[in-house]
Amino acid sequence: MKLDSMYQEVILDHYKHPHGRGLRDGDAEVHHVNPTCGDEITLRVKYDGETIADVSYDGQGCSISQASASVLNELLVGKELDQARRIQEAFLELMQSKGQLEPDDTMEDLLEDAVAFAGVSKYPARVKCALLSWMAWKDATAQALSEGKTA
Amino acid sequence: MTDARQGLTGLLDTEAIRKDFPILDRTVHDGKKIVYLDSAATSQKPRQVLDAVNQYYERHNANVHRGVYTIAEEATALYEGARDKVAAFINAPSRNEVIFTKNASESLNLVANMLGWADEPYRVDSDTEIVTTEMEHHSNIVPWQLLSQRTGAKLKWFGITDDGRLDLSDLDEIINEKTKIVTLTLVSNIMGTINPVEKIIRRAQQVGALVCVDASQAAPHMVLDVQALQADFVAFTGHKMVGPTGIGVLWGRQELLEDLPPFLGGGEMIETVSMHSSTYAPAPHKFEAGTPPIAQAVGLGAAVDYLSAIGMENIHRHEQAITAYAVKRLLEVPDLRIIGPATAEDRGATISFTLGDIHPHDVGQVLDELGIAVRVGHHCARPVCLRYGIPATTRASFYLYSTPAEVDALVDGLEHVRNFFG
Repeated sequence: MKLDSMYQEVILDHYKHPHGRGLRDGDAEVHHVNPTCGDEITLRVKYDGETIADVSYDGQGCSISQASASVLNELLVGKELDQARRIQEAFLELMQSKGQLEPDDTMEDLLEDAVAFAGVSKYPARVKCALLSWMAWKDATAQALSEGKTA
Repeated sequence: MTDARQGLTGLLDTEAIRKDFPILDRTVHDGKKIVYLDSAATSQKPRQVLDAVNQYYERHNANVHRGVYTIAEEATALYEGARDKVAAFINAPSRNEVIFTKNASESLNLVANMLGWADEPYRVDSDTEIVTTEMEHHSNIVPWQLLSQRTGAKLKWFGITDDGRLDLSDLDEIINEKTKIVTLTLVSNIMGTINPVEKIIRRAQQVGALVCVDASQAAPHMVLDVQALQADFVAFTGHKMVGPTGIGVLWGRQELLEDLPPFLGGGEMIETVSMHSSTYAPAPHKFEAGTPPIAQAVGLGAAVDYLSAIGMENIHRHEQAITAYAVKRLLEVPDLRIIGPATAEDRGATISFTLGDIHPHDVGQVLDELGIAVRVGHHCARPVCLRYGIPATTRASFYLYSTPAEVDALVDGLEHVRNFFG
């Protein structure tokens, strides 16, 4: 069944058992919405120098948007900013691939669980759901940096 | 399941009707026949409407109200003929009260802007109030918020009760001597509620306020008689009533259309133009600047013919039967909560619901895999979702071509959704 390519086990796992959910102390906070469907996320980033000390979040939305935020937390916390940006860019590239991109080993190593979202990229209406938390993270990071709270 | 369907009365001959709608034969996802349950967003179009639009372009295409040559006169006659058909469809006292717009949103924006630029006694300013309701589509909220921001007029709201009805307990307070305009929907696009507009209109008339009715979800589904309704403006759109996209209607009372200023300026809406100033054509042309959506108006005329031939009372009766059946069957689904009236009384054929904790996006995605098209989200009526503390709903909406078997397909599909995310 085609649906299984979107709703991979790993996505449903993250949806049912999200990592790092809940708002904690942060250097910057953003609130992003997906106006077409009402998905919302409030996300905070906490930096320790160039290292991501925490990404905390709360919100509501579909399984794809919620699982994506959980994966983001698992992938990015503890990473250096440069590496996190590479991951974010790779994820964006994968999500914009319209199902045409077959992730290679390098991408799989970089994206880990996030590779499971490859199937979502075939569904244009759902790509925004998957990207919601990632765009929020990018925005929050830009704010944290501009406020000079990181090195 | 067939047992449950027995005893349904008032159904149309959908087998015959569906033959007119080519798209209903389409299959998706490896041969699954489409079950189209999103007519509140846009209806499907019968062959008769498609042919009328095609015929227009193939045989009669020219700009209207200008040329003296044969096809220009034909195009004008077709365009104005569509106006006659729409006027008759809503029982307008005069064809000149029917303004063509591009959709209901434009119609509502047009009313807000007529009033925004009007002189006394219509003037909306900081001493006056605008009244609307919590169950409006965004298209009947945002134009009034804009007007309120620009003029300083206060925007007041009727709330919604727990069972999806308008809360009119403070009717006399909310509509008062300061009220300039009351604008509300006849049928909710998200909950299906049919509102008791007569009561509200009576109160508005007592205080001398104008009333604008958004009939987008009413005109396609029931008899709409603007004289019986006694509102001052009625807005609706063509594409929800088996017509093409790009054509909407604003009906307004003649004396108001004469008094109120135009909004969009341009060709077609003028009488004379000099470099110093211009005078305007009489209504409806005063409000139709530029080349209008001619083919779309012709298509709407054909849509009105199509609906009238079946009969709006028959269509309404069919939808009532389908809705009663759908409410009953949906309430059998575990964890399903109807947002809005959970009965078939005073409601249209639009049913919103939540399904446990499963997000509507996920519900819609799994249903799509089965060929079932429903709408998910806040349906451009976000205040309703906020009112009930939910992010979104799944919405199934029915029309003259909908069948009890499609209701069954939806209910079976929801069972599948529950298993998938269970």
